[in-house]
Parts: sequence; structure tokens; C-alpha cells
Amino acid sequence: MFFTITNRFFLALFSIAALFIFLLSGCSTTQQTSEQTSQDQTSQARAIETQRQNHAEMEEIYWDRIEQSRMNFNQADVDFMTGMIGHHSQALIMSRMAPENGASRSVQVLASRIINAQADEIAFMQRWLRDRGQPVPIVHIDGINMTIEMEQPDAAGDHSNHDMDSDMNHEQNHDMDHDSDMMHDHSDMPGMLTQQQLENLAAARGKEFNRLFLTYMIEHHKGAVIMVEELFAADGAASDTASFELASGINAEQVTEIERMKLMLENID
Amino acid sequence: MLLCIFQIDLLKTQTNNPSSMKRLLPGMILALASLLAVYSCASSDMPEQNVQPTLSPITEIDQPDPDPRVGLAGGLFDYEEAIWNLNLLSATPPPEEFLGSWGTDLAFKDNYIIQGNYNGFIVWDMSNPENPEVVVDFLCPASQSDVSVYENLLFVSGEGLGGRLDCGTEGVRETVSSERLRGIRIFDISDIENPEYISNVQTCRGSHTHSVLKDPKDDENVYVYISGSAPVRPNEELPGCSSAFPDEDPNSALFRIEVIKVPLANPEEAAIANSPRIFEGLTAPPTHGPAPEELAAIERAREEGRFVATYEGSPRVVNNRLIQVFLERIVEARGGEGEPTQADSTTLRENLDTYYGQFLEERLAARGRGEDVGPNQCHDITLYPEVGLAGGACEGYGLLLDITDPVNPTRIDAVADSNFSYWHSATFNNDGTTVLFTDEWGGGTQPKCRETDPYEWGANAIFSISDDGNMEFQSYFKLPAPQTSAENCVAHNGSMIPIPDRDIMVQSWYQGGINLFDFTDPKNPVEIAFHDRGPINPERVETGGSWSIYWYNGYLVNSEIARGLDIFELTPSEFLTQNEIDAANTVVLEYKNAQGQPKYEWPTTYALARAYTDQLERNRELNMRTIQMVRNGLNEAENSNGSGKSRVLNEVSASLSNSASSSSNSDKVMKLARIIRDLSSAS
Repeated sequence: MFFTITNRFFLALFSIAALFIFLLSGCSTTQQTSEQTSQDQTSQARAIETQRQNHAEMEEIYWDRIEQSRMNFNQADVDFMTGMIGHHSQALIMSRMAPENGASRSVQVLASRIINAQADEIAFMQRWLRDRGQPVPIVHIDGINMTIEMEQPDAAGDHSNHDMDSDMNHEQNHDMDHDSDMMHDHSDMPGMLTQQQLENLAAARGKEFNRLFLTYMIEHHKGAVIMVEELFAADGAASDTASFELASGINAEQVTEIERMKLMLENID
Repeated sequence: MLLCIFQIDLLKTQTNNPSSMKRLLPGMILALASLLAVYSCASSDMPEQNVQPTLSPITEIDQPDPDPRVGLAGGLFDYEEAIWNLNLLSATPPPEEFLGSWGTDLAFKDNYIIQGNYNGFIVWDMSNPENPEVVVDFLCPASQSDVSVYENLLFVSGEGLGGRLDCGTEGVRETVSSERLRGIRIFDISDIENPEYISNVQTCRGSHTHSVLKDPKDDENVYVYISGSAPVRPNEELPGCSSAFPDEDPNSALFRIEVIKVPLANPEEAAIANSPRIFEGLTAPPTHGPAPEELAAIERAREEGRFVATYEGSPRVVNNRLIQVFLERIVEARGGEGEPTQADSTTLRENLDTYYGQFLEERLAARGRGEDVGPNQCHDITLYPEVGLAGGACEGYGLLLDITDPVNPTRIDAVADSNFSYWHSATFNNDGTTVLFTDEWGGGTQPKCRETDPYEWGANAIFSISDDGNMEFQSYFKLPAPQTSAENCVAHNGSMIPIPDRDIMVQSWYQGGINLFDFTDPKNPVEIAFHDRGPINPERVETGGSWSIYWYNGYLVNSEIARGLDIFELTPSEFLTQNEIDAANTVVLEYKNAQGQPKYEWPTTYALARAYTDQLERNRELNMRTIQMVRNGLNEAENSNGSGKSRVLNEVSASLSNSASSSSNSDKVMKLARIIRDLSSAS
């Protein structure tokens, strides 16, 4: 009952003080370093400076360690990422057909989810490779045709400036300022559709498209799950945290989606 | 009176504005003082005829606009942040050895916070929440190192391939190795500042997360449910591990969870007690209970005269091909031939649910191959032993489990949702009448809160639980503030806050920050507080942000993956009064685990009575004259003692009981009357 103040004068004072403090706080910026206004400005400035130095030191340690932790990978991880970029890209080709080929609403929802999820994962895998100084597959999609250029690592090893932002069309608009190889053939990976199957899918409409899309995508997803199993079966692979997380995530999500697609397939008219 | 109005308006402005930051404590104290001044002002002898409610229903209060979480500048330790209706008491970086290694889940015991980390775990002493102190930094790498406590035991999950039995930091390179730990580590924390690694239990898929269950009927053991989402380890590494489908190998590690029994007297004898296949036979449709658009589609189908069956509580449009099959069966059953007649069609309409149910069961039986037995693991299982329920978030399904027999959990209901990618975790409201599932779309490392990402994806789905255990979809809730593509963001862990009679949850959204929302009305969740920082690296997405945040004894403790540990306290606002916060703070837990939900119970206090009074005002459930009478009476009683106090309380209680019939929520008025009566005997 400390604050039982009934005197109106004090109440008014309180109101004004609260308003004043409120206005002050409203004007202050959202900088983390903002300290309570103090008469002793110099000691405050000193404290802020010390904190900033501590933060700068911690940041340096942090990013150094993140950089170091990226070196805990092997060739199996690299092969997995490189292959999965092509694998995912084919899923994008298939999924992008859905709206124009008269897919049902539920297939369109599924397709746009696959586009969203796998486009982000492609960006993630490209970053993963670039961070580790590995060649990066850059995918170009033209209708049902896909070509993959290999972006070679910087000689200087400076890969921090080559961020691929994860907007939806990252595979098209990358500025190719590196030497590049061409790589076309991903057809030996499990679950990949042949060009003929892609053409069949592109020609299908409505219910036939739904049926073919689900059938192919189930196989495609199963292929991705097999690729994860192969990764985990390789000595020393997936020791890298990002690789383990990504592969486990692909495993869990695609197994889930396979189940969902089977049910959808059974419910097609 | 004028002054009072001015005061109220002032508060309104203040709470409507997301106070831009930090060190607002003196301001808050003044605001608090002002709030109390409002009460004392109201309680003085002024005319009462025109008293209007000052608290508004939460759906009628404006949200901050523009949202201050949009456009925050980034940085790991030097960033901009936005905070609304919360006070950040401390933001403490991790100990140096843990910098650069992900912080994960939290557990609490007494005044200690145990924070998992991919490098081991950290124990913080939170006696001074403005300056929590690291008392243990235990190096023992494992992912995800999710932690739980029970009495003197600490359990830590290990799933990644690099975890070692000897806690070494060098990892394990070989595919098959006797050095590898995937499962649960058990520590003795009798002396919490000196944890002792006493045992482990190895499992086939490792432990991504786990849940600790104390059976109220069994004082000798504690049970740990293990969930794993990584591939099965080879038989050569851990004998008996098989990733074959269950119809080929009944001991398959797929499609099951592990139940570990830990004898409290001999925790080193902990072992797997059962591996229940709680998923078998799941054929739930791949939709939640109907969302508005699906409901509309079903309605259209009905209007078109199509066949709509009800299966496991949710309506489904039956496809025409199947209808033909059913009609042929009906023709055959009556010994007829040729085209089905109108009468056959009517027969089908009347018995559609039976035909459809039979069909699904036949199909299930015909499937044979184990591939179709439903999800093969759970991500999280939230145990709520006081109500005998668990919520399993299991791949494409949300499950409701009966855990009254801890070793043999059984499934009560299952829901699926076409908008949900990956069911991640479950939270019950305190009554066990609502369950909220999260969808960790993208696994937590992807930016799924961009402007372009649909509201229903990577969100929460809220279900009501009927008396017979059916779950019914009510709504989605997702972080409303769009985040950048440099911020990993999706629904993640959180807990209920014990605001009496309200379902308020605090939740993590990775780099989307944390927020509080009220889902008392499960159809209309409302955000009521938040905190968010800019991205840890504005240039590109790097995993960071809030892994989990939980309420623990008056504080909200946040595990920040990259930045360490934050401790918040609630501040009063139009959405939440100081009395409601005070009532929440009367709840005291001795420990808390992420996947174990305690039932909150509130002692009889003035704060509780005032919180209920505020709610009656907010929800327009009692007239203001009676509400003022109660408030004045409570103030008077609190300042008197002995018989004077009892007299006032009994009078208020009796008068309130008489008003119950005029209230639109007479149960609550009667409950308040009982509490006020009981206050005279409470100390």
C-alpha cells in the first residue's frame, strides 16, 4: 500500500512525471546501448564504450567459430548437397506446372508448398557449398529443361560476399562472375524423372495431371529419402551440424509428404 | 474525477505505444503507481452513478501500428530491438566456451535454469534475474541437448552423429562406432553446481527431444518418452536396430516411440521398458477439422448434391468413383442388376458414413506394406499427467494420447492438416480443453515468416478437445510481423502463463522473436505482447533467435540460440492488468520441463480476487457499481484486520452472490464470491 496517494496535487504531479518519462522514452531510439539518462554522462559513455568493445570481441569469437565449424565436412556431404540441388530443382519444374495444367486446389497448395520449401533449401545448400569453398551448382530452368552451371570457388577464398538471398527466383538471377562448367545430367539420382516423364507431365491436364504429379512426386520424394540414407551410411558424413540438420529435415518432411500424397492419390476422382 | 479520466487516457496512450525500449523501469513504476492511483482515486468517495468500464475486451484494443518489429537493424550483440508490454530484465551472452554453439531448450529447478547447448549444457543461477550467473558450463557435445529434470536427475538428449559417450569434443567419424552416444544421458544433480554423468540409454534413432513423465501412482520410477527424427543407426552399432518396415521386422525402430523407465533409487539401471507403436492404423484424412475455405468447399459439394461422409468427426466429400462402387454393392446386395435406382441412392445417402468407414478399413487391411502405417516418429510429446493426456506432434499428425498407464500410452484421436508441413510440438491450455500444435515448417533454420509466406504455414493450429476426446480445429495463429529473409523464423516452443481463467501463451519464433497471445477464445487468438531483435546477420540467414521461452515463477526465460539468455517480466497493459500479473506470480513451481506441462493452481489471494474482478469488467460480465463495491471492499479488508476484515469480506461476498443472477457469467461471479469469503481465513 505504498502507493495509496489520494492527494490530488500529488496525483497531478505523478501524471505529469509519467507523461514526461513516457515522452522521453518514446523519443529514445531502439539502440540496445541506450542507457538511462544520467547526470554523469562521461562515466556512462565510458560504460557504453566498454560494452561495445566486449560485444565486438564476442562477435569476433562468435563468427570465427561459425567459420571454423564449417570446415567439419567431407566429400559425402559435398556430393549430397550438390546432388540435392539438382534433385530439388526438378521438383520445382514439376511443381510450377500445377497452376497452368489445371491441378486441383489441394495439389496446387502442395505444389506451392514444395516450391517454397525446396527453393529455400536450394539457397541453403548453395550457401553451404559456397561457404566451404566448393563448386556451387547454379540452376537455370527453362520450361521443363534444366541446365546447371558450376560456379567455381573464388581463388581468394573470400566467399562471404556472395550471399544468395533466398528470394523465390534465386536460381535464375545470380550474377555469374565466376568461371563455370556446365553440368546437365542428374538422371542417375534416385527418384529423378526422365525427360520423357517430364514431357508427359507437362502435357497432362486436370485430373490426369493430379494423378501423374502425385505419382511422380512420391517417387521423387522417395529418391530424396534414399539420398539421405546414403549420406548417413558414409563414414564421417553429416558430422557438420548444418548438413545433419538439413538432411534430417529433408528426411522427416519428405516422409511426411509422401504419406500425405498417397492419401491424396487415393482420393482423386 | 477529471484527473482520473486524464490518468486513464495517459495509460491508454502508454500501453498502446510499443515503448521503444529498455530501461523503462522507472517509467513502469510510475505507470504502476498511476494505475494504483486510478484504483485509489476510484475508491474515494466520489459519486458513482456514471462509472464506465475502463478495461475493454481484448479484441477491441488497437494493436501497434505500424508494427515496430518491421525493419529492425541487425547485429549479433549490437542491434535494434522492439518491445511491447514486456520488460527485459537482462540479456546475458553465453559463457565464452559456448559462444558460436547453438543454445537449445530449457529446464528449471528451484532457482536454477538449465540451458541445453550443442556443446553440452549451462546452469544459470537466476536468484537475481537482472544478472543471472553461470554456475556450470558442462562441455559434452550432442545435438540437440534438450534438457529435463526430475528431482536429482538431469536428462539430456543426444541425436547427432558426433555425440560421444565420454563427452569428448572430437566427434565420431566412423559410421559404426562403440564411442557414439545417441539417446539419453543421465546426470546426478543432487549438487546442481557439480553435475555428475552417471548413465545413458542408447536408442536406435537417438533422441531429438524427450519428455519426462512422473506417474502419480508410481513413486519408485520416472519415465522418459524418447522422440527421434534422424535415420536409424546400423544394427552393427546398436544390436537390434532395424529400419525395415514393421511387417518385415516386428522389431523395426520405425513407427514407434521408446519409453525408458528410470528407477529413482538406481538411475544407472535406466532401460527401455516399451516401444509402443502408437501410430498404427492411422487413416485420418489429410485435412484438419474444416477450415473456412474447406467448409465452403464442402458446403458447395452439398449444394451440388454430392455425397458428403463424416469420418472420425470431420466431413469429407466422397469422390464419384467411390460412390459408383458403393451403389453397385447396394444393387448387388438387394439381388438386383443394372443401373442403381433412386432408392439405392437414398439407401446410400442414409448409410454413407458406414459404407465409407468400411471402405477405409478394407483399404487399410489391403495395404499390408508397413509403409502405410502412418507417421513413423514423433517430434515432441507434451505430457500433461494431471489430466491424463499427452499431445504428440508426429510428422503429419497431431495425436491425442491417453497416458494414464505411462508404459502403455494409447491413441485417443488424431488430426492432420493440409496446411501443416511438420507437426512439431503441443501445448494444452490449463483445463485440458484446448490443444495448440505448432508446425515447424522448414525445420527452424529457414525464413518462413516473410511477407510472401502464407499465414497458415509454419503457424500454430488450435483445436478444442471435446468431452469424448475428439479434436476440432478452431484457428491458426502465426507471428503477425513479417520478418526478413535473413531471419530463420517459424512457430517454436513456448508455455502457458498462469493468468487465471485466461489461456495465454508465450512462444518462440526463432529470429521472429517472442510473443504472447491470448487464445481463451480458440477461434480468435489475439497477440498481447512481444519482443524482437534485428537479424544476427542482416546479410544472410544464419541460425539464431529464440529456441524456447517459458514462464517460470514470475519470469519469462528465453533461450537465445546465438545470444545467450534473456529474462523478461510482464508489464501491465490494457490486455493484462497488474492484478492478473500479481495473481500469476502467486503460482510457484519447484521445477519445470519443456515437454511436461504442470497444472497451474492459484492460492486464494487478494490478487486472484482482483484479477477476476478485472476480468468481469473487461468482459462486461458484471455492472460497474458492483465491481466498484468489490474493489472498495477488498481495499478496505486488506487494510483492516481481525473481525473487521472478516466482516467486510463476508459482506462483499454475500452482496456479490446476490448479484450473480444479473451477471452473464454467474459461475464466475459465484467463484469470486467464494474466494472473497475464503480470504478471511487465508492469511
